[in-house]
Amino acid sequence: MHNLAQLVFNGLFVGSFYALVALGYSMVYGIIKLLNFAHGDIYMLGAFAGLTTLSLGSGALGGGFLALLVIMLVAMLATGTFGVVLERVAYRPLRNAPRLSVLITAVGASFALEYGIAVAYGPNPRVYQIGVSGGAFEFAGARLTYAQLAMMAVAVVLMVALDALVRRTRTGRAMRAVALDPKACLLMGINVDRVISRTFFLGSALAGAAGVMAGAYYGKVDFLMGFTIGLKAFTAAVIGGIGNMRGAVLGALVLGLLESFGVALFGSQWRDVFAFAFLILFLTLRPTGLLGERVTERV
Amino acid sequence: MVMNNELPTPSGEVGEEASAYARAVDERGQANVALAGHGVGRPRARLAGALSAVLASRWLGAVVAVLAVALPLLNADTYLIRIATDALIFVMLAVGLNIVVGYCGLLDLGYAAFFAIGAYTSGVLATKFGWPLLATAPVVVVAAVAGGLLIGGPTLRLRSDYLAIVTLGFGEIIRITANNLDFTGGPNGLYGIPDFGDFGLRSDIAIYWVTAVVVCVAVLFASRLGRGKLGRAWRFVREDEDAAEAMGIHTYKVKFAAYIAGAVFGGLAGVLFAAHQTAISPPSFNFLWSALILMAVVLGGMGSTPGVVVGALAISLLPELLRGAENWRYLIFGLLLIAVMIFRPQGLLPARTGEPKPRRRFGRAARKPSEVEA
Repeated sequence: MHNLAQLVFNGLFVGSFYALVALGYSMVYGIIKLLNFAHGDIYMLGAFAGLTTLSLGSGALGGGFLALLVIMLVAMLATGTFGVVLERVAYRPLRNAPRLSVLITAVGASFALEYGIAVAYGPNPRVYQIGVSGGAFEFAGARLTYAQLAMMAVAVVLMVALDALVRRTRTGRAMRAVALDPKACLLMGINVDRVISRTFFLGSALAGAAGVMAGAYYGKVDFLMGFTIGLKAFTAAVIGGIGNMRGAVLGALVLGLLESFGVALFGSQWRDVFAFAFLILFLTLRPTGLLGERVTERV
Repeated sequence: MVMNNELPTPSGEVGEEASAYARAVDERGQANVALAGHGVGRPRARLAGALSAVLASRWLGAVVAVLAVALPLLNADTYLIRIATDALIFVMLAVGLNIVVGYCGLLDLGYAAFFAIGAYTSGVLATKFGWPLLATAPVVVVAAVAGGLLIGGPTLRLRSDYLAIVTLGFGEIIRITANNLDFTGGPNGLYGIPDFGDFGLRSDIAIYWVTAVVVCVAVLFASRLGRGKLGRAWRFVREDEDAAEAMGIHTYKVKFAAYIAGAVFGGLAGVLFAAHQTAISPPSFNFLWSALILMAVVLGGMGSTPGVVVGALAISLLPELLRGAENWRYLIFGLLLIAVMIFRPQGLLPARTGEPKPRRRFGRAARKPSEVEA
């Protein structure tokens, strides 16, 4: 168990989950400088949207990996739409308000989302009835399951697609422009509100995909599952340099690896302490992150 | 007018500009606070203004304090005393968080961490080393300050958003650590924590009285802290950090002071909590607590001591009235948090803005004779 290859693989696997969530965090922060506390809960919402789809259409879909992909698409649409609504209802009215107000609103949104799901689905963990266990094989002394590999592949495909979207399409160019200077964008005829909505859609959809995968992999979901991963995703975004998308992925993989080795050293009950202590350490030593640039506050 | 301009400078001819500068320096602090003191959002409604004026009168505060202390004489029902003690401890937490969030505008999402540090420090010293509970209070203060230094040190230099999420992480670190260590009792926690001594009274009433006195002093202290020089600096930093820095306020130090003050309040509330509960365990200090304290501060009115006290009483007593349906309650709290921020960001009972009235009157009175002379 404690061989190096296994630890590295576990770290990369967990890191790819973190990356999907961290991307949304980082994108939203990059564009409107908002810490969307509810982002981890959108991940949770994705898992529950998947659960509902699964219970509604399990007969038609069957089990297996194809079903998982369909469920994931539905959940991504649902969480993406929810992200847009959340931005419209809770964040847009406060765009010019003091930063503290927006942060508190985000906490309220997170709280409402968690306990809304607790009301709707009951507070106890729910079982995810989809079989993605499959077989396993050995590689360089590490035990890999096909399900893990497939999920990592899906995550990589999503990340590459997002990267291409941001770097090569008109929407992506508008997003980067808004991140740079929203006022100038307004003058240049970019519909800033629409760009922000799209950003929320993309970020939330990715988090939703991660939620479905986590549900399928761990076999159960509960309404507080987004809390810790939201914090971890933020940690990953900070490690990579918040606002920087490739940085977020890098940070997530680094965090996954660190956790994997930390667990091997100290035991799994210290996993979260290790991750958050690392966040504090990182903010002390290099607050701009690995790939971030030094940001000067403009008045 | 001309005379008026020359009057403040004894040297007369040296120049108008010099005198204007000197006057500006003289009045700088107050002028800025008058600007900074305006509410966070739109102008507040007249009714709420009148209500908060009533609430801010010191007589009302005194009456409430006397009522709080006299409660066991009026009705010594065990259940009533228990929930009243809980409510008072919650008031202390809310007032402490108000220093950080309300006065200084720093969002602390892991306030329960300091509460936990206080409760566990005094609990461990009292149960494992046999210290009397009162003797643990200084150690608790030191521990809370140390925790504040550890978290505030690196993060207060950064943007305020970072502080929010780092404190959230810190809250989890403390809770998980308490859960994992042996000397904190692991998941079972600590039990058999002694009280402060019963002074020949029924033990719950003795604890109630200690709590009531400590909380009254704490509320008074926090409210006076907010009105002093440091309080003005806090509000200035809250309204505009860059402007505050440009005016010569050491924003890092000022923010640190707020954070440490909040930590000490939280720690001492933890001691009271440990004495009251006699048993503490990690789940008592989860994020829910931090969120509820924040809720009390935001709902009552950030920066307004009477508002925060009322908010804390409401948040801690409502569950007693609405038993069951917890998830619904938290769902409504979350939605309320959003609604308050959008429609009434200053809270239900906002702070009165500007300088306290008496001082302004004295200022005018002092200036008048000189105008007459001129």
